[in-house]
Amino acid sequence: MPVIVDAMTQAAIAANRFGFGARPGDLAAAASDPRGWLLAQVRSPYQAPPELDGLASSKDILAGYLRARRERALEKKAASQGVASDQTLKLALIGLGKQLQPYYMEQAAARTRAVLASDASFRERLVHFWSNHFAVSVDKQICLGTAGALENEAIRPRITGRFADLLLAVETHPAMITYLDNQRSVGPHSDLGLRAARRFAEPTAGKLGLNENLAREILELHTLGVDGGYSQADVTTFAAVLTGWSIGGGEGRFADGEPGTFQFRANLHEPGAKTLLGRRYGEDGMAQGRAVLADLAAHPATARHLATKLVRHFVADDPSADLVDRLARIYLAHDGNLTQVYSALVHWDGAWQKDARKFKQPHEFIYSALRAFEVTPRDPKVLLSSFDVLGQRHWSPGSPAGWPDREADWDGADALMKRIEWSVALSDHIGDSHSARAAAGAALGPLVTAHTQKALEDAASGSQALTMLLMSPEFQRR
Amino acid sequence: MRNRRQFLAAGARLGIGALVAGALPGVTFAAAPGGRPFVVVILRGALDGLSAVPPYRDPDYATARGPIAIARPGDTHGALDLDGFFGLHPAMPLLQERYRAGELLIVHATASAYRDRSHFDGQNVLENGGDRPSGTASGWLNRALGALAGRGIDGLALGQNVPLILRGPVPVTSWAPSRLPEVEPELVTRLRDLYSHDAILSARLDEATQIEALADDEKPTSPAMSDANAAVSNGNVAMADGNAAMSASAPVGGAAAQPNAGGYQRLKLIAQTAGRMLAAPTGPRVAVFDATGWDTHAAEGAGEGQLAARLGGLDGVLDALRSGLGAEWSRTAVLVCTEFGRTVQVNGTRGTDHGTGAAAFVLGGAVRGGRVLADWPGLGERQRYEGRDLRATTDLRAVAKGLLRDHLGIGDSALNDVFPGSERVPATRDLVRA
Repeated sequence: MPVIVDAMTQAAIAANRFGFGARPGDLAAAASDPRGWLLAQVRSPYQAPPELDGLASSKDILAGYLRARRERALEKKAASQGVASDQTLKLALIGLGKQLQPYYMEQAAARTRAVLASDASFRERLVHFWSNHFAVSVDKQICLGTAGALENEAIRPRITGRFADLLLAVETHPAMITYLDNQRSVGPHSDLGLRAARRFAEPTAGKLGLNENLAREILELHTLGVDGGYSQADVTTFAAVLTGWSIGGGEGRFADGEPGTFQFRANLHEPGAKTLLGRRYGEDGMAQGRAVLADLAAHPATARHLATKLVRHFVADDPSADLVDRLARIYLAHDGNLTQVYSALVHWDGAWQKDARKFKQPHEFIYSALRAFEVTPRDPKVLLSSFDVLGQRHWSPGSPAGWPDREADWDGADALMKRIEWSVALSDHIGDSHSARAAAGAALGPLVTAHTQKALEDAASGSQALTMLLMSPEFQRR
Repeated sequence: MRNRRQFLAAGARLGIGALVAGALPGVTFAAAPGGRPFVVVILRGALDGLSAVPPYRDPDYATARGPIAIARPGDTHGALDLDGFFGLHPAMPLLQERYRAGELLIVHATASAYRDRSHFDGQNVLENGGDRPSGTASGWLNRALGALAGRGIDGLALGQNVPLILRGPVPVTSWAPSRLPEVEPELVTRLRDLYSHDAILSARLDEATQIEALADDEKPTSPAMSDANAAVSNGNVAMADGNAAMSASAPVGGAAAQPNAGGYQRLKLIAQTAGRMLAAPTGPRVAVFDATGWDTHAAEGAGEGQLAARLGGLDGVLDALRSGLGAEWSRTAVLVCTEFGRTVQVNGTRGTDHGTGAAAFVLGGAVRGGRVLADWPGLGERQRYEGRDLRATTDLRAVAKGLLRDHLGIGDSALNDVFPGSERVPATRDLVRA
């Protein structure tokens, strides 16, 4: 394993492997102490980036959305009595998405601007990492309004503290509750479940009951991991534990409560003690679920799962077992303190090899390119179009597993061609205002190879040289 | 002056495989004469087979399904009858036409070797062709291409990247429509040189230029596609102008596989182009694409609603593939599959949770269709797998092996390498016409 001694090389690795790429001047700022430069970003007290100022809260967004849904339900009722036409209903449905679209645009644009302006892009990388770990996806309509709010309200303030606190904040955020359908999950022996069973004499197919989606994904994706040792019975029991975790201001009998905020609905909660992963949890209302989450956060399988994902993300597809073991031990020894884990990751010599081992994901490529040239399109549509074209719109992984994080998931032939096309467009826009050689030095420092250097010098135009820089193996990897 | 791209396109049009092969270093499409098109469509998220292909005459169906049961044929929003026991969801009339034409075979109560309920592990097993989620880095379709070795690039993923099912040692490529201007051949040449020390990037670049040439030639000329191209081909969109067609303003999705208000409009265009590429003399032989959005935990709907909208979209996508293939449809087989099924019983939120036995579709002019292949286990509580799921009675690997053997001509012994650990799962016979 080559040991890195050169400070500028270390600075370039710090900015690119751990951050979203260097802006002009970043390498010089990092060079005196690259590891310290990274860790200072996560040790400083939390402050929301100014780019996020003025964004609507999930409470306001959801309250408006739920109100519109109720109105639509009323229209539907009217339609069934022959008052409104099918056309009215269709318009109402499309209208709901349209109502949320501006929130999505604002949140995604603010997120992008925060990254482009950030002096702490390691911290921004971590925000994206955890947001993807706790993924919600905007192909579910309601998430258009809530995905960014989940990140800003539940995740951003907690990524440097205890994982248990982050976990609880996410699982009680209305965005996650609604994405994974828990708001109407009803315990069969809860007040509401029993009342419904009495009212409908026959077996209550589909009337009211459990939904196991949130419980399963917490176990499989958020905490233990798929090989973490839980069974289908654990999933079902955990779903019963989580009954009542809901939001206020829904439809019908879920209408009460502060609209758009988390609400524990005791009348939905399956009563009684429950045994999960071999441990017994006494009946305690919402506290029963809190206790399970706390134990899950402290579980060794969770420590390994999180350590594996972090190492895969920042270092290499196939994580070194030594490093995963070490991070998992530190996680458990420090009560799940994430900054301790990041610190161990940053201090691992194996993470500082000069050869880059990960092909950038589209968002990483876009951020690093725009940061290198300090380009921030003002029009949000233009700002966001790049993510669309390169196949990674904000908060749209399509599933609760989030975006995949291996090279093979991103290095398709067509993906490369799209990056070339996009780089040409960006280079044409920048024109001759930047020299490729200077930009290469500022973004990659000593990581630029002689082969690439020569290709930049031989380019047919300044703009073509910029494209070559953006598409160089050194810039495409981190 | 003709550039390389036009040159290649001309080659493809004239069917001069050797000319194309000579024009590019490394790789080329050159399907052997007589190679029959094969397409795999993966429905990610676990399609509810009991709604897509309702066993409406099963005595337990209507009770178990309650508010999401598909009504019987003849009733409002009732199933489209197939064989007096099974029906098709009413949102899929085009598939019913294929069934009647003898070109659609439905496999029901089927599953891969996977028996747990994680989407992501389930998809891994569906794609790696093994019996465990991890430990196999390549996909069964790539290994199948390996068994047909020596024909250049035969595998195409529709999308920017290659899904696991098609990844592996055999070179494959990927393609999705672009909104940005084409890249000058001169730049490609320079990049090829820039990548001369980088095995992966140089391979990807060659694969990309290959398929781009074919895509140029095989672009559909339907008004819809022309409009779509015109709307997005307007230069410098990445940065400078605020072209609204750049679709950051589109209501939902944006990835190729995500349904939109029109029901998979973009995926329809992709499927049609894929059909044209497969039909081209120098085109790929196998293609794969995804359709997402099947994870119906809540408000699934019955004859109308959320799932109905997706199924209607899928119906159109498969028909677009057929129309793109043109006359080649008669020699084509398409396998549409999902990672697992969903619970028999409707859940507490009028949806269904992760299950086991699923439905799969095998269609195409080469398919011996017009029938439902199912060793029906029944829906009663005791008949279910673990008391909750449709029991899987047909191994999906048997169906895939039958298609690879009888449609693509891969020998029995090679099939056991394509699906490791499947020695006791014999290939299903008579899926395709002789």
